[in-house]
Amino acid sequence: MAANLPNQAQVQGGIGVTEPNTTHHEHELHDDHHHDQHWLFKYVFSTDHKVIAKQFLITGIFWAILGGTLSSIFRLQLGWPESTMAWLTPVLGKWVEAGKLNPEFYLSLVTMHGTIMVFFVLTAGLSGTFSNFLIPLQVGARDMASGFMNMLSYWFFFTSSVIMFLSIFLETGPAAAGWTIYPPLSALPQAIPGSGMGMTMWLVSMALFIVSQLLGGVNYITTVINLRTRGMSMSKLPLTIWAFFLTAILGLLAFPVLFSAALLLIFDRSFGTSFFLSDIYIAGQALPNTGGSPILFQHLFWFLGHPEVYIVIMPAMGMVSEILATNSRKPIFGYRAMIGSLLGISLLSFVVWAHHMFVTGMNPFLGSVFMFLTLIIAVPSAVKTFNWLATLWRGNIRFTSAMLFSIGFVSLFISGGLTGIILGNAALDIQMHNTYFVVAHFHLVMGSSAFFGLFAGVYHWFPKMFGRMMDEKLGYIHFWLTFLGVYLVFLPMHYVGIAGFPRRYYAWTGFEMFSQFADLNKFISIAAILAFFAQFIFVFNFFYSIFRGRRATENPWRSTTLEWTTPVVPGHGNWPGEIPAVYRWPYDYSKPGAEQDFIPQNVPYSKTQSSNLPYENENE
Amino acid sequence: MTALGILLVLALLLVVFGLLFRLQILTSIFSGSSAREFGTSNRVNGILMLVFMVVGGAAFAWSFGDNYDKMNPPIASVHGHATERMFWITMIIIGIVFVLTQILLFVYSYKYQHQEGRRAYFFPHNNKIEIIWTVIPAIVMAALVFAGWKEWTRITGPAPKDAVVLEVMGKQFNWLVRYPGRDMKLGVVNYRLIDATNEFGFDLSDKAGLDDFVPGEIHVPKGHPVLLKIRSRDVLHAVYMPHFRVQMYAVPGMPTKFWFTPTKSTDEMRAQLGNSKFNYELACNQICGRGHFAMKFTIVVDEPDDYVAWYAQQKSFSEQNPDVLASFKQKEEKLVVKEAAAAVATPATKASL
Repeated sequence: MAANLPNQAQVQGGIGVTEPNTTHHEHELHDDHHHDQHWLFKYVFSTDHKVIAKQFLITGIFWAILGGTLSSIFRLQLGWPESTMAWLTPVLGKWVEAGKLNPEFYLSLVTMHGTIMVFFVLTAGLSGTFSNFLIPLQVGARDMASGFMNMLSYWFFFTSSVIMFLSIFLETGPAAAGWTIYPPLSALPQAIPGSGMGMTMWLVSMALFIVSQLLGGVNYITTVINLRTRGMSMSKLPLTIWAFFLTAILGLLAFPVLFSAALLLIFDRSFGTSFFLSDIYIAGQALPNTGGSPILFQHLFWFLGHPEVYIVIMPAMGMVSEILATNSRKPIFGYRAMIGSLLGISLLSFVVWAHHMFVTGMNPFLGSVFMFLTLIIAVPSAVKTFNWLATLWRGNIRFTSAMLFSIGFVSLFISGGLTGIILGNAALDIQMHNTYFVVAHFHLVMGSSAFFGLFAGVYHWFPKMFGRMMDEKLGYIHFWLTFLGVYLVFLPMHYVGIAGFPRRYYAWTGFEMFSQFADLNKFISIAAILAFFAQFIFVFNFFYSIFRGRRATENPWRSTTLEWTTPVVPGHGNWPGEIPAVYRWPYDYSKPGAEQDFIPQNVPYSKTQSSNLPYENENE
Repeated sequence: MTALGILLVLALLLVVFGLLFRLQILTSIFSGSSAREFGTSNRVNGILMLVFMVVGGAAFAWSFGDNYDKMNPPIASVHGHATERMFWITMIIIGIVFVLTQILLFVYSYKYQHQEGRRAYFFPHNNKIEIIWTVIPAIVMAALVFAGWKEWTRITGPAPKDAVVLEVMGKQFNWLVRYPGRDMKLGVVNYRLIDATNEFGFDLSDKAGLDDFVPGEIHVPKGHPVLLKIRSRDVLHAVYMPHFRVQMYAVPGMPTKFWFTPTKSTDEMRAQLGNSKFNYELACNQICGRGHFAMKFTIVVDEPDDYVAWYAQQKSFSEQNPDVLASFKQKEEKLVVKEAAAAVATPATKASL
């Protein structure tokens, strides 16, 4: 086994105490500083990774409700394009004109829905919450490498959120060029009013968001590399940590490229440069810009944008692996293959971006190369799926809410992932590009799946976060309504897509070729709005259980990883005494010969003679 | 008043739900079921997994079959038949994988639900199985890539020399179309010359542009390759013609192209669909602003003879707009020198008809 020396000194984030992790002052850690700590620094400007995680989570819930509301409004428009929207005037004000939704505001709705869900909910809310919460707890560290940077990470995100939120109330409306903000539409206020102040605020907000991601990412990577406890070699890390670790690396490499794209776009918008603009006649005027390329922007955008979908889904994959193993009472099948496939996905995610651009006029040879690379990425994804199935096989499954959402995740990941094989094929993408087939595909494979991962994570780690349990019955109802709702929305959406219905259309009524699915679109809208309302069961359960939920025990799921060795509500520094050392991998469930059906990572082999495998005895 | 009533009813309903929820918790504590790790709910969830698979699967199969006819736009191009075939073959392959994996997922969930006294099978890995299920997807993917690559190369390869050439230009919020006229050469255009009349930005000092014409709908001959030269003059648009399985972005400053061969005339398609009002349509498929959803243009596929007759009847832009032509005659000398460098359109390829 690898040497585990780097953990001798645990650096204390935020407090700046260096504790030799061996003998004496182990009890000081905890009680010193914090009784007299001002509430402002305990709950608001906190450097404690657990508090920061909760801040990310609650901000994420706020954004998810807003993002869902926006989608309900545009689903109303798509389901009933002829009906009056006058009753929404009290909420939307001037965006309802003579009983009709303003078409430009419709585009703002889809743009903000995408931006909010992808970045603010599924990147910050998912990875921000669980990377923060679980990395120190599961690797056995007192806190993040730099608690202060971690705090900054949240507050940059918060500032970014405030700016994005305020932009919704602008007179000219928020950004409206789609969440991919392709120029020239996003560069020219003459093209759409949302590209005025709304777009400026979008770009500023996103720049701050990227700073937040980088501060967080550096921290996650450093913590995983340097602050693992004694015995916690990389090959003993839970899959959650592997997923967060690789996600952080992806973010660190990809987000700066989006930053550069945003910067160049700011230059084009405000300082008269021509990076993305050329030969444009608009609003009665020929612009002086020549020589720029809108396609260049797309390359830069998708160089982030594609790894971004893996940034969204990999933390969910990690958590689902962990939860499936715990609740099947079985080791995750093919631990090394799971790590290998995560590595493969991470690597490949950087060389597939142009599959979003097959029909942009890009050289067709380039299209061939990217088609090849794109379809390769299906292989590690398939391996992961088979391994999850094999983990369930001959298990002893306990259906907790978290387990249900994890099983749901696998189902949605299969359903959504498979259609990627069609979209990754350039010849087939000619017809499918930018249709509802694409919308259905990515809402299943990255949208809903990642949401299911998020829910699974919240239900599973809620006891450690708040010391109480969420209500299981409400969890079941929430799961079944959501699972059904998601399929009722996105399966029929494929039909609409195969028929060629374009996305980001305010209405399809102008075209004869898009006239056939009016009923189906109504159906999708109803299902979407019901599924959205079902989420309030979760919101209620979440906030109710924080205060009134059943009290949790230290290890309610009988799980093996280190976070369950902490007190019911871990305090600052996580472990009151010495940090436990790690002796075994995190998936010793139902090991033959063992007394219980799980052996925590911090139990040495010398205490489990009856269940040790031959090579494990040698190791001791 | 009614709104207030509705709000009141909703509020009362929420209170009722809240009380029921509280009651349920109290009874479960009283009956002791909250203390048990595995209540009846584990069994219920297991059964629901199976029910979801059977009922959901059946509903999916039924609705797919029910909508199958509606989701297939009739095909009217040569490569469209090839990609359509590939699409449905791929769908069958992923459909098989979909059915198998989902069945395993739900059946395993049901079958291996918790039972007192049973222990899960300690099965951390098995290299043989893992190699098999890595290699098989890899082989299937390789086959699909190869087929897709071959078709993609054929579709995006150079257009036949004798293709009919026309130019489609996107603008907020409609399409403009230009044919090269009798000389089979598209004239020079320049975006700086665009105004309300000269929407294409014709530079009529170029003789090749004098006979270019700008019709109100696209006409193409059946059975003959057609090369679309695609431009945009403001933001991104995309030429999307679902019946021909054609899609290509219109990019300002970067002309793009796509060629295809229509196989059915508009009249034939009308007869086939039993819809005398049917028309091939062109839609915009890249978000471009307020009117994005309404950028419709009609495409007519003619029998070759009809096409030739239609082509001959068209009046050139310069003929219809003598004022524009006159303005160029006046400043001809200067313009040719000054603007030639900034010309955007490349000389057209020859057309045979």
